[in-house]
Amino acid sequence: MSTEAQAEAQTAREAASSEGAHRARALFSGVSKRREEVAERRQGATQRLAQLDTLESEAIHIIREVAAEFERPALLFSGGKDSVVMLHLATKAFWPGKVPFPVLHVDTGHNFPEVLAFRDRTVERLGVRLVVASVQDYLDDGRLHERADGTRNPLQTLPLLDAIADNRFDAVFGGGRRDEDKARAKERILSLRDEFGQWDPRNQRPELWNLYNGRHTVGQHVRAFPISNWTELDIWRYIERERIELPGIYYAHQREVFQRDGMWRAIGEHSQPRDTERVTVRTVRYRTVGDMSCTGAVLSDAATVQDVVREVAASTLTERGATRADDRISEAAMEDRKKDGYF
Amino acid sequence: MTTTTAPATPAVQAVPLLEEGTLFRFATAGSVDDGKSTLVGRLLHDSKAILADQLDAVTRTSQERGFGGASDGTTKIDLALLTDGLRAEREQGITIDVAYRYFATDRRSFILADCPGHVQYTKNTVTGASTADAVVLLIDARKGVLEQTRRHLSVAHLLRVPHVVVAVNKIDLVGFSEDVFRAVETDVLRAALELGVGDVTVVPVSALDGDNVVDRSARTPWYYGPALLEVLETLPATDEIETGLEPFRLPVQLVLRPQGALAPGVDAGAFRDYRAYAGQLASGTVRVGDEVVVLPSGRSTTVTGIDFAGTQLHEAFAPQSVALRLADEIDIARGDLIAAAGTAGEPTRDLAASLCWLSPKPLREGAKVLIKHGTRTVQGLVRSVTGKLDLDSFTLQAAPGLELNDIGDVEIRLAAELPAEAYASHRRTGAFLVVDAADGNTLAAGLVR
Ligand SMILES: Nc1nc2c(ncn2[C@@H]2O[C@H](COP(=O)(O)OP(=O)(O)O)[C@@H](O)[C@H]2O)c(=O)[nH]1
Repeated sequence: MSTEAQAEAQTAREAASSEGAHRARALFSGVSKRREEVAERRQGATQRLAQLDTLESEAIHIIREVAAEFERPALLFSGGKDSVVMLHLATKAFWPGKVPFPVLHVDTGHNFPEVLAFRDRTVERLGVRLVVASVQDYLDDGRLHERADGTRNPLQTLPLLDAIADNRFDAVFGGGRRDEDKARAKERILSLRDEFGQWDPRNQRPELWNLYNGRHTVGQHVRAFPISNWTELDIWRYIERERIELPGIYYAHQREVFQRDGMWRAIGEHSQPRDTERVTVRTVRYRTVGDMSCTGAVLSDAATVQDVVREVAASTLTERGATRADDRISEAAMEDRKKDGYF
Repeated sequence: MTTTTAPATPAVQAVPLLEEGTLFRFATAGSVDDGKSTLVGRLLHDSKAILADQLDAVTRTSQERGFGGASDGTTKIDLALLTDGLRAEREQGITIDVAYRYFATDRRSFILADCPGHVQYTKNTVTGASTADAVVLLIDARKGVLEQTRRHLSVAHLLRVPHVVVAVNKIDLVGFSEDVFRAVETDVLRAALELGVGDVTVVPVSALDGDNVVDRSARTPWYYGPALLEVLETLPATDEIETGLEPFRLPVQLVLRPQGALAPGVDAGAFRDYRAYAGQLASGTVRVGDEVVVLPSGRSTTVTGIDFAGTQLHEAFAPQSVALRLADEIDIARGDLIAAAGTAGEPTRDLAASLCWLSPKPLREGAKVLIKHGTRTVQGLVRSVTGKLDLDSFTLQAAPGLELNDIGDVEIRLAAELPAEAYASHRRTGAFLVVDAADGNTLAAGLVR
């Protein structure tokens, strides 16, 4: 530090302790000059991308990086809105080419039939290959056992990891968003998984600028989360803007439901009311699609995407809290499953 | 294990955000116990980003743990619980890793990189600052400027974060004293001046009680400036400042040449010979008809088309992801940089750079590493460590190498040329990663001098 600067700082210090800060600050000509520069440059700035365009560009950049740096990527596709948006972004990233990797669905066997039909239609329309890992197969041959509570979400881990190993996928795109819960908030955009699919939150690579380091060794693979920075509202506004088709269960419809653990459950092959649970017909919609036996509906009249955008904007519950029974079990539920290799 | 039904606390109304705004990214920094988690929790809470079920869970936990509450005596929730994400952190009561938070006001949507304050976790501050439009730096009003503060200022400056907002926290614990605040403010501004940090705003806050966080406080009548959130709502973002000023750069990610593998519905006749270079603009603006140069080969050509998923654009600006069509059939591959003609320097095999060393494995002269710059990765040999930054004097001191959390200057010899530019003028094309060739881990954040 020069003696001149020292003297200036000293003067300013004295001034600051006796007078108002606005005056003290003005004495720091260095600081205030930079401020003016910034203000000037701001006026010179021509344009700025709107929020959704910024997020879209970032996601496409990530998808292209992974496609370029990995040999065998795959995209997790459940027919749920986040995976649908991700697949839509992939089609934009490679236009006019086809999406250059397969999609992978971990089928719990407890799906909404509408969602499976939607999955098949979408895959057909885009000409992408579908790989299915089936939880039911694992239950049938005894590699997995049904849980006491009937929930199959935690059972997805093993079939997922086997599918990754069998197909030698070295990168798997997931639709996870950091706004979903506190554990996901710490997830990197490229996240390294060991031979057991485990995530080590204490040992993550620092992620700097938009330079993603996907180097991995044999047996390791990488999970890539291109829509990490999107919120639920961003997703819905993007679905609206891009006119993206979703399974019908995301919009209000009449359904036979019963109440359990404060949530509305649909009646279906794998989800039956107990004697004490009264069945009624309600106008509902789903905010996530997953295992039908543990995904709850919300009472809603939002029948169009515009309605849903308005509803989400005013919503007071995060989507998982509102609709996934298994996440309510403990505050650390998600973290435990992530360490285990869940999405 | 319990399951809960309807939330016991009254529902908090989320801010409806139907108008599309812009994004603003900021990172927090501070030493342990300065109140960073509380401040972040306060920002989320007061901007209504905390939803009823989260608030319910935190209220329950606060009560179970017998949280003392705010200094005004009313029982409140432990806001820090809103942001401590991982179980290990909850158990140890410290924030370990960068966590990202999202909240919106009716002016802007924010992405907050919540960076832990532990001394050994400067790596997280570097990570958060690398993408930030602003850094919010916490100082405990009772402690003033610490070495950690200077370190964080120095990181913010080195990474050219456009704005630093200093929150002088726990102002309630010094009796809302103007004298204390002014003394801290002067020290901060002096340190900023020494370092050359440009835009600094200093705000007196109480994260615990909410003074000057979202709304201006009546308890600091001597403070005339805006509340913290108002500052964040009005600062210009990095791309706003830089896009119009820096020349056009696009690192090529992939060559789009679908040939037989066209997407369904695309006209096979028209696109059989399609060839375009896909990437995200790192800086500047590009228009159809612009003269460009491809680096490192140095070949010149003209932009004949800018495509984005079936739409033809006349121009594109950073940070848009697009695909460029060029006039001449020149050999371009992933790793090349397309730049506005006449604006780029000569590619080089000798890199003079500053490194923020982020690995427990120290750096020694002679180390062989990988350098990831834009979309290209090349081998590098660290020929010399020129010095290590001393944070008290802000001068370079001789050092045999760099240790975890050190910032220092090095000379690197590259196995192939890179179109490296000074970080001070080109934030994207002046940045690189140093990667361990053996285990693939990221060792350092690199900044071209
Ligand atoms: N009185 C007072 N206490 C505060 C304030 N901000 C934080 N604290 C307390 O300081 C301690 C450390 O805060 P925390 O947010 O966990 O710090 P971190 O380590 O920086 O994340 C906690 O006991 C907080 O309740 C404040 O503005 N005033």
